[in-house]
Order: sequence, then structure tokens, then C-alpha cells
Amino acid sequence: MPAPTTRGGDAPKPTAKDFKSSVHPDWCPGCGDFGVLACLQKACAELGLLPHRVVTVSGIGCSSNLPGYIRTYGMHTLHGRALPVATGVKMANHELTVLVTGGDGDGYGIGGNHLTHTARRNVNLTYVVMNNQIYGLTTGQVSPTSLPGMKTKSTPFGNLEPQFNPITSAIMNGATFVARGFSGHGQHLTDLIRQAILHEGFALVDAFSPCVTFNHDNDFKFFRARIRRLEEEGHDPGDWKSACEKALLWGDTIYTGVFLRVQRPTMESQEPVLADGGPLARRAVGLTGAQAQGILAGMM
Amino acid sequence: MEHRKLDLALAIGGAAGQGIATPGNILARLLAGRGLHVHAYNAYQSIIRGGHIFLTIRTSDRPLGSHGDRLDVLVCLNQDTMDRHLRLMGPGTSVIFNGDRVKPGEAQEGVRLCPVPVHELTGNDPNPALQNTVALGVLMHLLGLDPALLKDSLTRQFGRKGPDVLDPNLRAGLAGFEHARGRFSPLPTPIPRGGTPLGLWSGNDALAMGGAAAGVKFYCAYPMSPSTGVLHWMSRHARELGILVRQVEDEISVANMTIGAAHAGCRAMCATSGGGFALMTEAVGMAGMMEVPVVFIDVQRGGPSTGLPTKTEQADLWQALGASQGEFPRVVVAPTDALDAFRTIPELFNLVDRYQCPGIVLSDLLISEGTFSADPGAIDLHPAIERGETILEGSSPGGYRRYLDTGSGISPRAVPGLEGFEHVVSTDEHDEDGGIISDEFTDPRVRRKMVEKRARKFQDALDRIPAPVLEGPAGAEVTLVCWGSTRGVLREARERLEEEGVACNLLAIKWLVPFHAAAVAAILAAARRTVVVEQNHSGQFARYLRSETGIAAAAHIRKYDGEPLQPHHVVEGVRAILAGSTELHVPDHEIRV
Repeated sequence: MPAPTTRGGDAPKPTAKDFKSSVHPDWCPGCGDFGVLACLQKACAELGLLPHRVVTVSGIGCSSNLPGYIRTYGMHTLHGRALPVATGVKMANHELTVLVTGGDGDGYGIGGNHLTHTARRNVNLTYVVMNNQIYGLTTGQVSPTSLPGMKTKSTPFGNLEPQFNPITSAIMNGATFVARGFSGHGQHLTDLIRQAILHEGFALVDAFSPCVTFNHDNDFKFFRARIRRLEEEGHDPGDWKSACEKALLWGDTIYTGVFLRVQRPTMESQEPVLADGGPLARRAVGLTGAQAQGILAGMM
Repeated sequence: MEHRKLDLALAIGGAAGQGIATPGNILARLLAGRGLHVHAYNAYQSIIRGGHIFLTIRTSDRPLGSHGDRLDVLVCLNQDTMDRHLRLMGPGTSVIFNGDRVKPGEAQEGVRLCPVPVHELTGNDPNPALQNTVALGVLMHLLGLDPALLKDSLTRQFGRKGPDVLDPNLRAGLAGFEHARGRFSPLPTPIPRGGTPLGLWSGNDALAMGGAAAGVKFYCAYPMSPSTGVLHWMSRHARELGILVRQVEDEISVANMTIGAAHAGCRAMCATSGGGFALMTEAVGMAGMMEVPVVFIDVQRGGPSTGLPTKTEQADLWQALGASQGEFPRVVVAPTDALDAFRTIPELFNLVDRYQCPGIVLSDLLISEGTFSADPGAIDLHPAIERGETILEGSSPGGYRRYLDTGSGISPRAVPGLEGFEHVVSTDEHDEDGGIISDEFTDPRVRRKMVEKRARKFQDALDRIPAPVLEGPAGAEVTLVCWGSTRGVLREARERLEEEGVACNLLAIKWLVPFHAAAVAAILAAARRTVVVEQNHSGQFARYLRSETGIAAAAHIRKYDGEPLQPHHVVEGVRAILAGSTELHVPDHEIRV
């Protein structure tokens, strides 16, 4: 019998506090990541998840310190490698809820190749990217999502490169749930994360999470002035073309909400080895006599 | 040395795509099936069609450690093979070739040329692969084997492809056999019958089987010669053995995914070659820092960079020793043959589970892609499985500290999913509870404590691996030292030297880290003349030996041309060293492949 992932009917309903760790985040005062962390904790609580049945996996960067601040199992891995590590965890124990967190440099820069392939595989992971359009922990260099022309320490004369678009990229690569939120719109972002966790398949939530220290172009004010909600525009999340059109808009209007939600079998559900017998990590180690006989027969 | 009643080597040469593997497999299987030992090495290139492929199959009634030094029979499937190899064939040998298309060159006295009229024997069948089957028929006659065996073997090989494929092959094989029977006498020592059948495997099969026996549940890889055979074995057996096998986007993903699965409680393993291992390197350090038990296999090939994808070398030793920045305990082991490779994997998993650290296996093309006979009775698929202080079930009332600073340095490791054991693991330096100390307050005392905790884990590690043992007479004139895959070649060379009156012993090293420095130093301090033999240019093991024991070898034999050491290379090298003509012998590889 699989261990429960969520609380049963009689148990007291968890609160966001149940997902708070004893460590206070070391983010700069006013950082957008505080809001994203609170939304994650709230979403987990609203879903009635049990902290020990959740694994939060991150890469490296300011936002990737998050696993230390949420009370779940946590893995603070290598820069850019959160998705493959999380995939390994999910394959080994597919009954766990696996959250992946990180920043735009981590996920869209150094880890971009893994985003492509994890989306394509449709692994049942929830990936929350705190997108601040800057490298913060290294004190302010250009990021894949920095705007063209942006002046940073590594582009003192202005960024020459166009923006990486995580939404269209994820859609094109086969992600089955693609959303964008904003740290300043907590209730909305909590709802997006909640839907992403509930979604069966790879879910990307790109969350604008302003860096108050190194990115003065894209601050809270910038987003508050531009954000419009897809839900209020009658967007159909089953329509990938419309989703891409709306995701490509970057000007007076920047959309948040669920761009895409489609159903496609997850990698785990298609894996015959996982069909019966529970999580791999809990199965008996060692071969049966029949398996051993079969192997030896194959050598003869 | 026990006398060999039979010691026979055959080679089949041609171009990639000509189908050399088929008669090679049939022969190897047939010989092993009669209880004969088989050691086969395929010299090939990174090409799908063309090039020069040269498969050597050596067989004997006694175990073999190398593909030997000489050939008895050469099968030339193209002119190129004839041109390259005829000059190396000596008196008493036979050369089989398609007389319609291949012209023999100048043969040494006493070489028997066996032209075969393939067109005539196949009724002008346009299928070029039939010449292989004709040649197989000729070979079977020369080996003194019964034509019924030929029929059985061809049916086993081609039967499932239907009569359109099987029948022409049966006709071609038997025609070759009959043609040879009328013209060529069989070899003087016929293949004996009736031994207890042996199986066949490659070193890659053995590594994969070792993983399966060790309880690997997650295997992940990116294809890279010469390691890909492990992936193929794992993929074929995944469903029946319940192993989740994935090919993913790159070796970076491979290593990280494997660590993720290992952290979650699976025994997890991955294999690659040096270039892929370079990409995995950062993750090796993650396993060291997070204290996750995981096994990496590096099947060495010729380097640096893309190097020689299809050739062998032992030049990744320092890459393995230094993989990833910083300091952390790791196990590094170089298996000495296929059976040892098989046994090494469960042994290594027990060690890395105990010490919660990465383990690195240094195989190489010589072991991994060689084909060897194996006694199924020697293959224990139920080895001891010891998972150390791994907490896989239960719950905790709280207070769990993942990196508890214990006397042994080993902290009980709870896997995700268990109530009360919630914790964070991190690649940042962390305290006992896993909380990172790198950002706000890097307490130097905590840092020191954690470095020492990790290092302390290996304090009893040498007790858990056997010390290397000197083979051969004490006080010998020459002590050969080798590591990993070349043990079989060195054993044969040592025996040959003894026969020639050179007192010689051998120290074959398998476990590299931790290293039995005291035991090795004691042996070598008593040695009269130490000769380190290895397949690289810079003497990587000789350098490691000196760093660990302070002992500098008197002389070296090093080969780095891509082709494996053969016993005579070592014998000649030792002779040259004893004659005082050199302290560094670099053998010339006579076979042009």
C-alpha cells in the first residue's frame, strides 16, 4: 500500500506554517523570492500535502536556497542541474511530490538543455522558476531573460541578446502545463502553483520575482503596471497557438496565468517497470532465482 | 604453468559492414559451448561502413588472459586484410581467402594459402555476406569439426530470419566445408569435444550483470563508446529485472539523475567513457558533498578529447583521482578481467553504501568490449548486499540530523518520504542538520568539523578491501607491476619469462583508492627490480605509486598506440630492460589495424 501523500479526512488541515523551516531566508529585504516561497508553502498546505512526502529540489542561485526555507525533504544541488536530480528522485520514488525551484540563470541559462528534455519527457514535476532577469548571487550580470539593451555589470554598454522566452520554449518542447505568475500577486501565484502540483505531467510556473538590488528596470512597479491575467481575457489553455501568441507579448501588456494545460501520458505512467510493485526505492534489492537463471541462460 | 593441450588463434579481417561479427560470434559460441576457453579482441574503428576490422579469437583448454601473440589461421574477407596481415603469418599457419577477389601477396615459407572460389560455391549468389559463411565452413573443416555442428550453428544464427536467409547460408557453409575437405588437411590439433559448456560475455555485460546482482534499480546513460554495451545489456534486461533504464540528453543529466535516484534510496549506477566522465565530474563532487552512494563507470578509451573512440588506453587514472574540485572520500577501482568486473560492482556498492560516497570504476575497452568465455558456476548473481547505515523505512520523533558528527564519520542516511526525517542535503558546505553555512556565517570551526567528518569515513576502509598479492616466486629478478585490465596479459608474460629463465613475479593492482600503500610498499621494498607496465604515455600509475609509497619504479613498459598490450610486448620489454638498454620500453605494435 502506498504511503499517503496527503492528509486524510480526520487529520487537522495543514497550514502554510507546517511548511516553514526554522531557517530564515537570507534574501535581500524586499526580494520577490519571499513572496514565491510563501505561495509555495500556501499551495502545499491548501493541497493537504504532508511535508515528508514532498521533496523540493533546487539548483544554485539566490532563489535556489529555497529548499532550506521550506519544511519538506530538500536537495540543494548543482547550478543548472535541479531537473535531472529531481527526475532521478521521481523515478526512484514516484509516489513523492517533487517540486523544483530555482532562478532564470539556473533554469534557462546553464540548465536550459535539461528544461527542454524534461518538458519533452513530461515527467510529473512542478518547476517554479523565480525569474528576476538578472544574475543576483554573482552580483548583477546579464541573464537569458534580461531585456535587450539592459545594462549590467557584464553588459555595461547594453545587452545585445534577445530574451529567452520560457513560456513558448516550454510549450514547444512538450510541457503539458505552462503558467506565469508574479510574486506581487500572491493569491494568483498560489493558485497557479496549486494547479501545477495537481497537474499530471511536467508543469512550469515562471514567476516574476523582482531583484530589488541588481535589477532596477524590472521591479514590482514595472510588472504591476503591465500585468494582465489570461483568465480575464478568455484564453483557452488548450490552444497552444494562442498561448504562444500571448506569451510573446512583452510591452504594455504582459500576461500571467495558465498559458497551456493539456493531457499527455507522463514518463512515469509509461514506464513498464513502474507499473506494479510500488516505488523502486522501496522494492527488495537483489535478483530472484528465476531472474538469475534467465541471465545465465542468455550467456550460453 | 599447466601445459595447454590446445592453444589456437584465428583472425577474421575485413571492412566494417562486411559482417565479420556473425562468423565470429558463431565460432566463439561454438568453442565455448564445447567447454573451451575463449578470449576475443576486435580491433575496429569509429566507422559504420569501411575501414579495417580485425577480430582475433583465441581458444584453449585452459583459461586465457589475453588474445595472445600469434595467429594460426587468418581469414581475409578483403584484399586489405591480406595486404596488412599476410606478412605476420608464420610457418604452419593457414590463410583462407576469397580466391575470386583477393590476391595473396608474398607469403613466408610454410604458410598454407587456402583460396576459396566463393562465386562457384554460392552459385553466383549476389549476397556478399555469403562469403563469410563459406569461410566459416572452411574454418570448421580446418578445426576438425563436424558439419552437423555447422548446420546447428547456422540455424541458431539465421533460423529466426526464415528460410530465405537460412537456406542460402546453409548451402554456402556446407559448400565451403566440402570444398575444404577435398583440398586442405585439418589443423594438427583438432578441437576437443565434450567439455562442460561455458558461456560468453563481454566486460560490459559483466559490469551490467554486476549491477543487476548488486540490486541496481536505476541505470542511466548517454551512448559513448566503449561503454555503450552496459546500456545495451541494461536496456535488454530492464523489464524482466525491474531496472528502470533511461537514455538521457547528456552525461551531465545522467550523473545528476543517477544521484537523484540514489538519494531517494535506489542503488543507482551509470557508465560512460572519459569524455562523458568529464561532463559528470561536477556531479561526482556533489555525491561527495551530499554523501550520496553512487557508482560511476568510466570505460577508458584513447584520449585526450575525442581521442580514439574504438581503441584502448589506461590514461584516465588521474582524471578519476581528481574528478571534481575540493576533497572528499571516493573509491576508485580498476577490475582486472570480466569476472572481476562482475564481482567488483556489488563489492563497490557495499563500500559506497557504507561510506556514503561516490565510487568510480575504471574499466577500459580491452575488458569492456572483449568477448570472453565464462563458467556460469563462477557467476554468483546473489552476492552479499550491505547497505550500511541507510534508513529505508520507519519514522522519527524528530531531532534527526543527516550529517551527525559521529566517531566513524558515517551518519545514518534517511531517504526521502519517511516521516520525521525531513532534512535538506546541499552541495554547499553545511552543518550536521544539513543547513548551509556558506552564505550568512561561514563558521570556520563548523567547516573544519565537516571536512574532518567526511574524511574520517575512510578510516577503516582498507580493512574492507583485500591487499594486492605478489604472484610468482619471492626474490625474483624482476617484479612486474600493473593495474586493472592488463593482469591477464602480464600473467602470461610472466609465465613466458619464467620459461625463458627470467625469475619474475607480478603485483597486479585493483583497488586504487583507498590504496594499500603500506602493503604495496613492503612488497616493492623487497623487489630487486620493479617494472611498471601500463597503457599510457606518462606513467600515470607509476606516478601514483610514487606519490602513495615513495617508491619510484626502476623501469617502465608503456604502450599508448591504442592497441592492447600482448604478452610478447612485455617479454621483449623486460629483456630490453634487463639488458640495460632502456628504462622505458615502448613496444611497437606490429599488427596494422
